[in-house]
Amino acid sequence: MQDVIEGRVWTLGSNVDTDGIISGKYLTIIDPEELKKHVFEIALPEFAKGARPGDILVAGENFGSGSSREHAPQAMRAIGVGAVVADSFARIFFRNAINLGLPTVEARGVRAIFEAGDTARIEMRAGRIANLRTGASVAFPPLPPHLLGLLDAGGLVEKVRRELAARKAATAPP
Amino acid sequence: MSGGNGHGLTLAEKVLARAAGVDRVVPGEIVEGNVDLAMMHEQGAQTVAPFHQMGAEKVWDPDRVVIAIDHWVPASTEGAAVLHRILRKFAAETNLPHFYDVGQHGICHQILAENGWVVPGDLAVGTDSHTNMLGAMGALATGIGPTEMAAVLALGRLWLKVPPTIQVRVHGSMGRGVTAKDLVLRVLGEIRTDGATYKSIEFTGPAIAALSMPERFTICNMTTEMGAKCGMVAPDQTTFDYLAPIAKHAMHPLRPDADARYERVLEIDLDGMPPMVACPFSPDNVRPLPDVAREHIKVDQVFLGSCTNARIEDLREGAALMKGHRVAKGVRFIVTPASTAIYDQCLKEGIIETFTEAGAVFTNSSCSACFGGNMGILAPDEVCASSSNRNFPGRMGAKEARIYLMSPVATVAAAIRGEVVDHRELL
Repeated sequence: MQDVIEGRVWTLGSNVDTDGIISGKYLTIIDPEELKKHVFEIALPEFAKGARPGDILVAGENFGSGSSREHAPQAMRAIGVGAVVADSFARIFFRNAINLGLPTVEARGVRAIFEAGDTARIEMRAGRIANLRTGASVAFPPLPPHLLGLLDAGGLVEKVRRELAARKAATAPP
Repeated sequence: MSGGNGHGLTLAEKVLARAAGVDRVVPGEIVEGNVDLAMMHEQGAQTVAPFHQMGAEKVWDPDRVVIAIDHWVPASTEGAAVLHRILRKFAAETNLPHFYDVGQHGICHQILAENGWVVPGDLAVGTDSHTNMLGAMGALATGIGPTEMAAVLALGRLWLKVPPTIQVRVHGSMGRGVTAKDLVLRVLGEIRTDGATYKSIEFTGPAIAALSMPERFTICNMTTEMGAKCGMVAPDQTTFDYLAPIAKHAMHPLRPDADARYERVLEIDLDGMPPMVACPFSPDNVRPLPDVAREHIKVDQVFLGSCTNARIEDLREGAALMKGHRVAKGVRFIVTPASTAIYDQCLKEGIIETFTEAGAVFTNSSCSACFGGNMGILAPDEVCASSSNRNFPGRMGAKEARIYLMSPVATVAAAIRGEVVDHRELL
C-alpha cells in the first residue's frame, strides 16, 4: 500500500447500501472484470462508465450497509478505485475491503469538505486527508497496525499465504 | 459477578474471551478468536480461489463447517449452477461432509438453527450478513466475506474487534396480533440502520425471557439491519430445551455479569405497542401499522418468507388467517418456507393446501423473493408487502419498486385485502 494516495473524487451520500453498489441480480457473477460494469448501478449510475483508475470515493455515514457480498469491494477494486473514504462504514464492507487490499479510511467530517471532481490527498499513516482544490483537511485515527499490515501485504490472501508458508517451513524436516 | 478487579463482562465480551482463551476482553481491543462453526452459502464459491491462493491444503476442522445453498435452489441460472458446482467440488476435495444440497436444503441460517449447529458460547461466522440470527442461541454469530472465510477455513480463527454492547431491555407483553417482528422493527426504528455499527446488541428483560426460540431468531436476525456485529440472547431453559435433542457439539453457556458495562441501555415497553411496518426505502423507516394502513397502499405482490420470518410458527399463524379467505384479485402472493423440513411439516399440517387453495403460490424453500435475484422480482413502481428484512432501492428488483416490511400475519392480511392493512381487523 502506498502511504500517500491521491486521486480524483466521486461523492456519495449516507447509507449507501450494498444493493446500491451491486444489486442482487449480479451476485452470480464471479469475474471481477464483468462485475465492474455494474458497480454503483443504483447509487451512482454514471460511475462505471466514467471512473478512472486511482479515483477516490468519498461517502457519508454508514457506507456499504446491508449484505456481506464481497462483490461490492471487488467490483470497486476491479475498476481501479484508489481508496474509499467515508464518515463511517458498515462493518462487513469495511472488513471485506481491507481483506481485498482496498485502502479504506474512516474520517469523521470528510464528506463535508469534498465536491465531485475535487482532488483528494490521503496520508494513511499520518491520518490526514486534504482537498487539494480548497485546502480543507480533516484528521482521522490511522488504521491499527494489524490492519495496516494487512493492506501492506496486499490483503488477507497474501498475509495468510505467508503465515502458512512459514508454518510449513518450521515443520519441514531439515 | 466479575470478581477480581474491574467491572463485569457483557455476553459478547464473555463469548469473545472464551474464543480468544483469555479471562477478559475490553471493547475496542482486537482479539484472535477460535471459530466454533463456519457456514457458507453460494457466496462461499468465492472462498475457493483465495483458499487455494493462500496455499491452504486442508480445512482446519471439516466437522465445524456447514455448506447450505439457498439463494438459487435449485439453480435458476447458469451462473448459479456454476456456483453450486464449485461448492460441491470443493466439499468433495476437502472432505466436507455437512453439505445441505438440493433436497435437504433451506435458508442457511435456518439450517444451522434447526440442526443444532450453533450452541451457547460459540463463535460462529457465515458468509451471509444475517448470520446474526444465531446469536439467539447465546452465541456470537456474525457475517463475514468469502475471502475472510478462506482464512477461517485455513486457520480456524479470525480477528475481531471487541464490540461495545447496547442492552435492549424489553418488558411488558405483546398484544393480540403483535409479534416478535413488530418488536424488532420498533427497536430498529429507535436504533436506526447505523446506530449499532460495530456493536453488539444484547436483548434482555422479562419479555425476552418469555420469547420462544423462533421469536428470538427473528429479533436477532434483524440486528443486521441496525449495523450490529451481533445480536444476542443469553441462554436459558428455553435455549437448552430447543437444543437438547439436536446440539451438534458441547455447549458452553455463558451469561452476562450483573455488573457488566453497557454503552447504552434502551428500554422498550411492549404494553400497548401496535404492529409496526418499515416503509420504503429503509428498514428503519418504521411507523405504526395502523397509521400506514390509513393510506390504503395497494400491493402488487406479497411475500411471506425469508430467514427473518418463514418458520413453521410463522406459516401456521399465516395459514390460520388465510383459511376462509382468498388472495385479492391482481395480487401475487408468494409463500416460501425457510427450510425443506418446514416445507414437509407444512405438507403434513395442510398448510400448503390452505395457501394454494386461497390463490397463493407455495414455493420450495429458498431465499426466494427477498433479494431480487431469483424469483418474485418486482417491476418498476410495483409495491410489495413482505415479511423479509430489507427494503432498500432495488432490493427485490426494480429500484423504483416499494417494499413494506411487516410481520408474517400482516402480509397475509395484505394479500387478502390487496393493500397494507392492520391485520387485527381480520383476526
